[in-house]
Amino acid sequence: MANYLEFEESIKEIVEQLEQAKELEEKSQVDVSKTTKALEKKLKDERKKIYENLSAWQKVQVSRHPDRPYTLSYINSITKGDFIELHGDRNVKDDKAMVGGIGMIDGQSVMFIGQQKGINTKMRQYRNFGMANPEGYRKALRLMKLAEKFNIPVVTFIDTPGAFPGLEAEERGQGEAIARNLMEMTTLKVPIICIIIGEGASGGALGIGIGDKVLMMENTWYSVISPESCSSILWRSWDFKEQAAEALKLTANDMLDNKLIDGIIKEPIGGAHSNPEEAYELVKKEIIKQLDKLIPLEADKRVANRIRKFSNMGVVNEGKK
Amino acid sequence: MGWFKRIKHGILTPTQEKKETPEGLWYKCPNCNTVVPQDDHIENLYVCIECNHHERIGSEEYFNLLFDEGKYSEINKSLSAADPLKFKDTKDYDKRIKATQEKTKLKDAVRTAHGTVDGEKLMVAAMDFNFIGGSMGSVVGEKIARAIDYCIKNEMGFMMISKSGGARMMEAAYSLMQMAKTSAKLTQLAEAKLPYLSFLTDPTTGGVTASFAMLGDLNFAEPNALIGFAGPRVIKETIGKDLPEGFQKSEFLLEHGFLDFIVERKNLKTKIGQVLRLLNSSKS
Ligand SMILES: [Zn+2]
Repeated sequence: MANYLEFEESIKEIVEQLEQAKELEEKSQVDVSKTTKALEKKLKDERKKIYENLSAWQKVQVSRHPDRPYTLSYINSITKGDFIELHGDRNVKDDKAMVGGIGMIDGQSVMFIGQQKGINTKMRQYRNFGMANPEGYRKALRLMKLAEKFNIPVVTFIDTPGAFPGLEAEERGQGEAIARNLMEMTTLKVPIICIIIGEGASGGALGIGIGDKVLMMENTWYSVISPESCSSILWRSWDFKEQAAEALKLTANDMLDNKLIDGIIKEPIGGAHSNPEEAYELVKKEIIKQLDKLIPLEADKRVANRIRKFSNMGVVNEGKK
Repeated sequence: MGWFKRIKHGILTPTQEKKETPEGLWYKCPNCNTVVPQDDHIENLYVCIECNHHERIGSEEYFNLLFDEGKYSEINKSLSAADPLKFKDTKDYDKRIKATQEKTKLKDAVRTAHGTVDGEKLMVAAMDFNFIGGSMGSVVGEKIARAIDYCIKNEMGFMMISKSGGARMMEAAYSLMQMAKTSAKLTQLAEAKLPYLSFLTDPTTGGVTASFAMLGDLNFAEPNALIGFAGPRVIKETIGKDLPEGFQKSEFLLEHGFLDFIVERKNLKTKIGQVLRLLNSSKS
């Protein structure tokens, strides 16, 4: 059963009509191809109409769509299953909210790392809703160092509502784990591509988000806080999430305009969840395209560019000298 | 008695001003309720004589406490917040900035100054919690970045005095990227083999903890300071349980391996002098 957001109601209706038509065809042997063709066109138009005009808050909703593909789905499709998942931080445990491993993409080994959300209630618990603990960030770092040793580029998939705010997370140094990654990723000698595939919430996202190319998929968000929390803190009420989403300028377009990311990956019409296979293909093409540009560069040059890019982020008033 | 003498002419209260302080100006310790004359409290470096509670102080107080003879040169004084997002919640961000600047007489939440500490050259970046909760926006990131550049150019160590609630929400992703920016700059300081001392004071939370505050060659803190990534309220709501006594305090972090030591304010200057001498003595 597909899930629909409230602004996808009209899409749902057309999909249902389409299903009915097909059912009718099966049962009665009546040729309904004309009707289905018309409905398919209508569906495409409707999706296009809705998805071309999404508000910031609606994009946040799409980024959390329950049918939206998650990290391991991307990896499995992109590598056609030629992928070995690796586990553990060699210190405390294996964090199920952070996954990673080596896979082959178009003849090139890649170290994939990303937060993983669960596909149903049970798995959501198992994956801790994509909220990593310090051992998740340390596992990510271990895999990055492994990649560096064997000169394998790193691709991270970012999809998290935040780093886990728990008691043990604090005991084991959540802040230190994220901070360490920021510094280590800055100077990692291999190419790093970071792709926000869903939610890019704050330090928990940034903890695997330092790259030569940081890309956002079209219907994702990336900011310092979720619109809901922002609303509750600045407006002192949960009711201003739409305004907060606008004010935070958290969409891919805003982030690119403000030079805080390097590019946007288009999604299929109707969002990644409406056609996951196409989404995987679009992401794969982008990874290959970026790697082709990054791999030939000298490692020192890549690192210098990376440092310069992040050092230039921010806008200040010089004031009078 | 070195530190005591310093207070007399360095820190905060020139004798003249002291005389003019009206009688009846008292400090009441929020921890143990002890009441002492404000002057005595200041002479004791804003630390409760009775229970050792370290009251929060700002950049000016730390500069005066640390730099020899209270002499220092502040750099990039005029930087202040732009409002690139034209952020508006219940108030316009640019108006909020102006009002805070007038109220606090500060430009933003960090000041950077260099001088000598116990005879050792040092750049100190000190955060002011008064300024929108010591929150980190572009100005904080840029000032730290420029201070690090200055350290590399002039071969001096860098000390960060963190005191912050974390990110400045009104600068949204710009604020988030200051974590990346400051961490990236610290790799250059490390490459230059210059010491980075991270001093954590009450409170140090959020994005500041998850970037430069935890990245010192040495991390050390004032006693009983709140230090964490997530705030205690959020954690309590998440786990649905009361938090243990002393959770996320300096002593807890020392015990869990995230601090090298805890230092009382009265020993801060000599300790830093010692650290710098020990780190730098074998440098070619
Ligand atoms: Zn007291």
